[in-house]
Amino acid sequence: MIFYYLRLAAISLRRNWGQTTLMILAIGLGIGVCMSIVTINYLMAKDPIPDKSSQLYYVQLDNWDPNRPAESPNEPPDQITWMDHQALMSAAKAFRQTGNASATAIIRKPDDDNFRPFLARIRGNHADFFPMFDVPFLYGTGWTSDAHRDWGADQVVVLSRETNDRLFGGEDSVGREITLGNPTEFSSNLFRVIGVLDEWRPVPRFYDLTSNYFSDPAEIFIPFGLILSQGLSRSGNTNCWKPTGDGLRAFLGSECVWIQYWTELRNHQEKADYMAYLDQYVTEQKEGGRFPRPLNNRLSNVNEWLDHENVVQPEAKMLLAVAVMFLVVCLLNTIGLLLSKFLGKSSEIGVRRALGASRGSLMYQYLVETAMIGFGGGLLGLLLTWLGLESMLAIFGSDASNLMRLDLNMVVAAVALAIASAIGAGLYPTWRACRIDPAAQLKSQ
Amino acid sequence: MEIGPIFRALLRNRTGAILIAVQIAFTLTVVLNAAVMINEQVSKAGRPSGLNEADTFHMQSEAIDTINPQVTINNDLRAIRETPGVANALQMNTIPLSNGGWSTGVRVQQGDDPPVYSAAMYMVDDQAIDTMQLKLIAGENFAASDVVWRKPDESGWPGRVIITKALAKSLFPDDSPETTVGRAILLGESPANIIGIVDQLQAPWTQSSQIESSVMVPQQFQTGSPRYLIRAEPGQRDRLMPEIEAQLAERERGRMIRNLYSMDEVRRRSYNLETGLAMILGFVMVVLLLITGLGILGLASLSVRRRIKQIGIRRALGASTRDVLRYFLIENLLITSSGVVLGAIMAVAFNIALVNAMNFPKIEWYGVPLGMVVLVLLGQLAVWGPARQACGVSPATATRTV
Repeated sequence: MIFYYLRLAAISLRRNWGQTTLMILAIGLGIGVCMSIVTINYLMAKDPIPDKSSQLYYVQLDNWDPNRPAESPNEPPDQITWMDHQALMSAAKAFRQTGNASATAIIRKPDDDNFRPFLARIRGNHADFFPMFDVPFLYGTGWTSDAHRDWGADQVVVLSRETNDRLFGGEDSVGREITLGNPTEFSSNLFRVIGVLDEWRPVPRFYDLTSNYFSDPAEIFIPFGLILSQGLSRSGNTNCWKPTGDGLRAFLGSECVWIQYWTELRNHQEKADYMAYLDQYVTEQKEGGRFPRPLNNRLSNVNEWLDHENVVQPEAKMLLAVAVMFLVVCLLNTIGLLLSKFLGKSSEIGVRRALGASRGSLMYQYLVETAMIGFGGGLLGLLLTWLGLESMLAIFGSDASNLMRLDLNMVVAAVALAIASAIGAGLYPTWRACRIDPAAQLKSQ
Repeated sequence: MEIGPIFRALLRNRTGAILIAVQIAFTLTVVLNAAVMINEQVSKAGRPSGLNEADTFHMQSEAIDTINPQVTINNDLRAIRETPGVANALQMNTIPLSNGGWSTGVRVQQGDDPPVYSAAMYMVDDQAIDTMQLKLIAGENFAASDVVWRKPDESGWPGRVIITKALAKSLFPDDSPETTVGRAILLGESPANIIGIVDQLQAPWTQSSQIESSVMVPQQFQTGSPRYLIRAEPGQRDRLMPEIEAQLAERERGRMIRNLYSMDEVRRRSYNLETGLAMILGFVMVVLLLITGLGILGLASLSVRRRIKQIGIRRALGASTRDVLRYFLIENLLITSSGVVLGAIMAVAFNIALVNAMNFPKIEWYGVPLGMVVLVLLGQLAVWGPARQACGVSPATATRTV
């Protein structure tokens, strides 16, 4: 039966092709605009590490100015100081922990004079970083967490997959050497590759939300201590609330925050214990005259932290509301057009009813017809979504490219939404059409 | 008047009318709020930075390979300034509109616990005002002898500074900015005296709420990756950009020239989000109006087709084509009017919600009536075709079927 109805629907749609085109266009445009914007919102708000997001906690300590909070109303700063990083790392009270910070360096290949040096994004982190964030390796491994290597006694690096492609044409480069140079201080040092990552680009880049977190992740990972000992140029945000004095030593002993600190805590007990440890640590520090503000430490899991940092921009939420209203208008439009279509068929319906077709089977037939329109609209909408994302990519530039990808979930959702909206929009007109009194219709012929 | 019968006829056949009215209400809601957003984004992306952007570009020399960067920087600057077509050039620690830079809390020296204003710090020499073509509205420029080298790990600030008018207004709200020359302020903890006031020089952070607060200090930054800001003679910029890049690369092999951008390009990149948002909303707005217009057209032509016989009867009873035309125009007017009234309420409610939820602009008082008029006109335009079609119905139609 369904094939018969499909054929009927095709005939009927072809007969009024102008109207059909208009309906498919209305649904398609509605879905296209709505889905492009929903996709961006979805990718912004998506859980970047669903398996572990409730076990990874971001640490905030309130070492700020006694007179004003780091952020109103009473938020602690979003990074921690070098001193606190040292203390927390050496206490190692969490199951896993890592501080991390970003830097830049000029990359050269010591054995290849023809290689064009380039400026790379560096991330300094500890050994736990890789297992904590489920970072996939293509070749080799990260460094081990024994204190000696983790603090950067060895000059080792882990490359991202793209960087390995660029430097070594994608081959297993474990054991090869590159140099990392400071862009401002004319130094450069030899590093040995010990690992190459597989494709890894969490969106948003949750482990560091302090700078553009929709751009690509770091290109090279090095043991945290090397950022300072090798004099690389730090590139993340640094915030200070009181003057630091001159020189690196003064900076490290200052209240300036520049390090992001993550812990992995497997259950509530571990979380409670760690919170107690943080409070105890800060209370001890207060005795030494630091931490002038009342106790205000925070542990936020990944999703809480994304939320706290407003990863979904308010503008994006406004666009989403606009997109939904746009879809509503398109659907109202479709309802109107379907209404006019089915009411135009009154006489046909009258004849069918008089010949014994039940309301149910008419209803079924016309729903098949609207579903076909919905499918057409869905396909068009998908095409328009893709076009919309491509043109937004052209507008916003490659920095946002991670947000402008059509995700498989979204493809399925778009087609499903289109069919559901078309059927939803078709229900009332179908119902109206099927209520037509056959006797009256036949009489007026 | 005919409104009575038209209205009663509408009530007997509500569905189509309600559909159109609700559609118009949503359209008005989106269009009005999109319009204020577009207006705000476009004006934000277009606000002046205080410098002559049209003729200016910048570049950064990375990893200059020398024992003493001061020599290279001075040689670079001399060579750039002597290049024919260059009006003037400057080494800066950061570039306006580039979204990266240095800031310091600035406050007045007297009083206890005076408010602290965050200001951008520009390290410049005595050529800054000429290179950027800033307007010095009071006081004097730096003397060449004021300019000193700043070491990479130095943290204090020099004692003679030029600040922007907006910062002077914040620091000394009771005095006119021109009279604040010579006053004592604190940059972080470093005491300094204001020696000049410039009309405008924006801080580099385009999203900052204190974008007009900037301080210029007479310092040259000793760094291995100096940034140069270069102003060309009018019309020479595009020729000079590759020329000076090549010239710098030539003068010292092994260095890397990065960030060669005209100020127009810097502005475009920094306001990417704003212009992009405006473009998306503009597109949504236009398509929405188009779809609503088409929807009205579709439903109006349906209602004409269903009433062919009635129209024929009216014509046979003596109604002129103008009467028929007027009937459909007035009917449409009634529908769209109720739609725009509902839409005005929804638009304002949505606007209030947005204003409360984020830093969203309010709809101007004239926006609502303007939007209402536009949509009513759109409705009349869309119904015009079907109404003309209705006029073509001949009075004889009435007699064909009974």
